[in-house]
Amino acid sequence: MHSGADRSIPWQVWILKICVCIKQVPATTEVKFDPETNTLIREGVESQINPFDLYALEEAARIKERLAAQGEEASITAVSMGPPQAEEALREAISLGADDAVLLSDRAFRGADTWATSFAVARGLAKLEPDLVICGMQAIDGDTGQVGPGIAVHIDYAQATYVAKIESLDKKKIVVKRLLENGYEICSVRLPAVITVVKEINEPRTPSLRGKMNAKKAEIPTWTAADVEAPEDKIGLPGSPTQVVKVFSPPHREGGERFAGEPAELADRLVKLLRELEIV
Amino acid sequence: MAIRVIEDKCNGCGLCVKACPTAAIEVDPKKLAIIDLDLCSYCGSCVSACRFRAIAIDIEKQAKEDLSQYSGVWVFGEQFRGKIAPVVFELIGIGRQLADDRKSELAVVVLGDKLDNAAAELSEFPLDKVYLCEAPELAQYDGERYARVLTDVIRERKPEIMLAGATTTGRSFLSQVAIRVYTGLTADCTGLAIGEDDGLLYQTRPAYGGNIMATILCPYTRPQMATVRHKVFPTSPKRSNGSKAEIVRLNAKPQLLSSRSEILDFIEQCEATVNIVEADVIVSGGRGIQDPSNFAIIEDLAKALGGAVGASRAAVDAGWIPYCHQVGQTGKTVCPKLYIACGISGAVQHQAGMSSSDTIIAINKDPDAPIFQLASFGFVGDCLEIVPLLTKKIRALRGEA
Repeated sequence: MHSGADRSIPWQVWILKICVCIKQVPATTEVKFDPETNTLIREGVESQINPFDLYALEEAARIKERLAAQGEEASITAVSMGPPQAEEALREAISLGADDAVLLSDRAFRGADTWATSFAVARGLAKLEPDLVICGMQAIDGDTGQVGPGIAVHIDYAQATYVAKIESLDKKKIVVKRLLENGYEICSVRLPAVITVVKEINEPRTPSLRGKMNAKKAEIPTWTAADVEAPEDKIGLPGSPTQVVKVFSPPHREGGERFAGEPAELADRLVKLLRELEIV
Repeated sequence: MAIRVIEDKCNGCGLCVKACPTAAIEVDPKKLAIIDLDLCSYCGSCVSACRFRAIAIDIEKQAKEDLSQYSGVWVFGEQFRGKIAPVVFELIGIGRQLADDRKSELAVVVLGDKLDNAAAELSEFPLDKVYLCEAPELAQYDGERYARVLTDVIRERKPEIMLAGATTTGRSFLSQVAIRVYTGLTADCTGLAIGEDDGLLYQTRPAYGGNIMATILCPYTRPQMATVRHKVFPTSPKRSNGSKAEIVRLNAKPQLLSSRSEILDFIEQCEATVNIVEADVIVSGGRGIQDPSNFAIIEDLAKALGGAVGASRAAVDAGWIPYCHQVGQTGKTVCPKLYIACGISGAVQHQAGMSSSDTIIAINKDPDAPIFQLASFGFVGDCLEIVPLLTKKIRALRGEA
């Protein structure tokens, strides 16, 4: 592990410390609900790095490359909270450009909602003292987008969500372009900061041979709740303000009427339909 | 905290085994479910799945303060340049129902600067109060300032429920407030109701790309907070009797107005045809469009119908149209009155973003395309031929050239 750049020693070489938060998620499109047995069907569901986190990893790798081209340095640490098998996701993160990784894993973390998850991750990050934390905009299993902003509040960093481009980055601040519903906002954020990124920001690379080798031999430490000094009443189920009380299948949609024929006929049928629907 | 199997209720049916997303449960030879605590994530799926109430999660938890001091339903009055976001009027509608069920007040809280017009507009809706927090520093949304100010107001006035639109602003902002207040926040709700027995807010939301729905409670802390998707609830009607809601001005404490961020510029890019989450009609194009120049026919139809332009991931990844148009798991989730999918096969990832549209029309050459399995009306044919004809006929109908 890196020991953390000590900002009080002026002659020390500046290294931008980046942490990328990743989550191991099931390939959600394969998770289905069986309405007959009222259960989740998870057979054959593989796990993967949350797709949005791949953009976060790639952006960290690109920042590191850009700094290297200027004769400056960056380090990338992938951080995940999850069960012991989430280590696989962290190895994949190393193959994609992270220098090292930390797994936050403890029985006591389990059952955490977004409040308790962001608290635990923030405790882990506090030990690493990064200058910049990059997260995906949301995870595709929970889809909440709450953990990134939550981490920033817990660790008391500045933040910017939905980042589509990093305009500039120096020792004191990062200037980002945020993707909003009606356009882009250009925003300057003081470091240390947490940013969450959208898909538009880059195109993730595939693992390099060297990356794969690094991933294979990397030693990934596991930090428990005690290691990150996270009190039990603020993590896992006890620390979570929300509770899931029911899980059920969404209303099933069935295909309706179907039409085939010449394009002109179909266009006429469509006009009729749009009039019936009171659209035109 | 503990999870346990109640032995005399469990008959070893194995429903919980199927339900467990972490494969932590097995049924032993004596027909009893055994939970491996090293694998269990306490998600509660097995508790929901068990028909015999044989699994229980015990949480020794209680409220740390008297929750009865909290009352009222608040809606975050998101504004941009003084104009209230359309989703706010949808939240006023459902907020009124929730407040009536709780026999409490409904208020909208707006943060910004020079909000007289916004306040006047809001006061015509069936609210009890419009709270205004005005300061030059609050003119534009800044997560840090907004979260500090709203947290302060919540602590002082103690609303029981706090709702915001699931917009980029609403989702980022309430996340910060929920952490500061130490309360629960449920994202992207599609259903909200007050429990008859317990008076709690039952918050229902899709998860796993819309494959499952979950109902969530926030029993021990207040306010109960939720972000709500666009177009899920109808826009509230205005007051019928011409009366006005009371406008209450709140002071934003100067020490709360500092921030580590600064907005340098705003580039308005997404005109009406782009803001797909607010559109009533969306015309979407996919791989079947074949060429970026053909997207013009999708835009023309959208324009003729007064709708917005959507796209599948395939079309966005091919570079035919910008990402802000993408509908689906890694794009936007939309819920328009009418969704017209043109040349979109309808992969599950796309369905995750549009399957809750009121009406779905699919136009696709391939009769076996998965999109037809959920389309309310399917048209088997080439969208490149059909769509321009359709646009022409609609224009002719309107007497346009």
